[in-house]
Amino acid sequence: MDATFQKAPGASRGDGPEKRAFLKLDHVDKAFGNGRNAHVLADVNFSMREGEFVSIIGHSGCGKSTMLNLIAGLTPVTSGAVLLEDREVRSPGPDRAVVFQNHSLLPWLTVYDNVRIAVDKVFGSSKSRTERHSWTIHNLELVNMAHAKDKRPSEISGGMKQRVGIARALAMEPKVLLMDEPFGALDALTRAQLQDSVMQIHARLGNTAIMITHDVDEAVLLSDRIVMMTNGPAATIGEVLDVPLPRPRRRLELVADPVYIHCREAVLRFLYERHSTPNLVAAE
Amino acid sequence: MNAHTSRDRLYATAAGMLPASVAAIAHFPASDSPPSAPKRAWRVADKLRALAAQLIPPLLVLAAFLIVWELACSGPKSALPSPFKIWVEANDLIVSPFFNNGPQDIGLGWRVLTSLQRVGIGFGLAAVVGVLLGALVGQSVWAMRGLDPIFQVLRTVPPLAWLPIALAAFRDSVPSAIFVIFITAVWPVIINTAVGIRNIPQDYRNVALVLRLNHLEYFWRIMVPAAAPYIFTGLRIGIGLSWLAIVAAEMLTGGVGIGFFIWDAWNSSRLPDIVVALAYIGVTGFALDRLVALCARIVTHGTSER
Repeated sequence: MDATFQKAPGASRGDGPEKRAFLKLDHVDKAFGNGRNAHVLADVNFSMREGEFVSIIGHSGCGKSTMLNLIAGLTPVTSGAVLLEDREVRSPGPDRAVVFQNHSLLPWLTVYDNVRIAVDKVFGSSKSRTERHSWTIHNLELVNMAHAKDKRPSEISGGMKQRVGIARALAMEPKVLLMDEPFGALDALTRAQLQDSVMQIHARLGNTAIMITHDVDEAVLLSDRIVMMTNGPAATIGEVLDVPLPRPRRRLELVADPVYIHCREAVLRFLYERHSTPNLVAAE
Repeated sequence: MNAHTSRDRLYATAAGMLPASVAAIAHFPASDSPPSAPKRAWRVADKLRALAAQLIPPLLVLAAFLIVWELACSGPKSALPSPFKIWVEANDLIVSPFFNNGPQDIGLGWRVLTSLQRVGIGFGLAAVVGVLLGALVGQSVWAMRGLDPIFQVLRTVPPLAWLPIALAAFRDSVPSAIFVIFITAVWPVIINTAVGIRNIPQDYRNVALVLRLNHLEYFWRIMVPAAAPYIFTGLRIGIGLSWLAIVAAEMLTGGVGIGFFIWDAWNSSRLPDIVVALAYIGVTGFALDRLVALCARIVTHGTSER
């Protein structure tokens, strides 16, 4: 595991995305079924710099989750390739940690053990037992969950579970952090808190991160770039929007910020003017 | 036989009483909110009352049952022994389960323990093999397609039908009896484990994939805990069937167990002894069931409350 990735500075805006492709989707096609009857993604091309935070937004059924699963390696591509640091992604691995939509904590393990299982697996040979313990605690502290380390997932709230899910993913020191609608199941206040937490962590660690979301405000608030998907079947990237807002970003100050308003409007226009009718046949 | 079924029903009643009485205990403290010395006395009285509410109905029913039985069987021409006659004639069996007066004259406790030992070995093997085979069938589509039809046919074979084959194969009664236990208990364990593993949410599998857990780690850290509630359902059915099968198997194979004791008592017309043995079997079976249920509650503590 190369720990230095975490220390990389956040993407400096203004660079062309082609300058250094850290993660690259190269003519990616995905179809399910033998007859290729369900063509989900068609000819997706996208490059990301190291340390960049990218959101993927689109209507239901546009293949957002499929795209994330392709990058995670949980689903194989039909044609084309996903390249991470110029190596092809063929199977899932801890260098592409996933924060799942419904947290996916193991209910029979405590909060601590849910993170520790990942730490043991990834650093079992490179860190000592004490180091692994303190790394586990460190990551729980990062998401403010160290106080509940001995609780089981059933004993904590949905927002807390999602925090632990984030801690588990961060503890793997992934090259890319993949988040599949991480806040989708949370109430608005908890959601805002977690968004702030994710922004702080991203500012501190400089992770490369991809987040799927339905929420326009969330996308604009968190992202360096927003990938907007056309509707399925055979969805593809319709437009990529740069969000040139300086960091750190503060929710309240942004409300009246002209750049923020412009970005928000651009995403809304894309979603509701040009690609307004989600194709209901291709359910997500 | 009549005595046996009624007794079973009595135990069922005693078990059924439990939740009601627990609810009663939970209700009482809520009614007296200001705590003081006399209140504490009240609380003790309440607990005693709740305990009595739990114990009195089964005891009353038991007493009524014994009286009816006594009246029905006390005549001189009665074919079955009355409770009083059983108490007198089988007194040593009832009062001291663990006496030992030589090779064939031992207390019923010893015989039950011998039978339990066989069940322990046979059921233990069935649990290990059942979980492993169940994991295979639950995990692999090919294994399921290949093995499931065979399992579905074999599981309907009555336990005792296996005995002659087992005797021919092992040429000894003890391993044959153990084999019968094994073959009886293994099917529900396999089938329930397979269902449990097929029902593991895709999320947990994805977590295992992202972490790159190997097969052994996946088995111990994801499969077994995730399928534990199902596995324990299988184990609980299995232990019940084992206990049913051992008595029947021992009747045929002979030796020391409780099953052979019943058969032996029948051959020497000691009907009171049989009735006492039935009570032993019923109580032991009930205890076994509760034991597995208790293990399940402890082990699946995390999984069951999602």
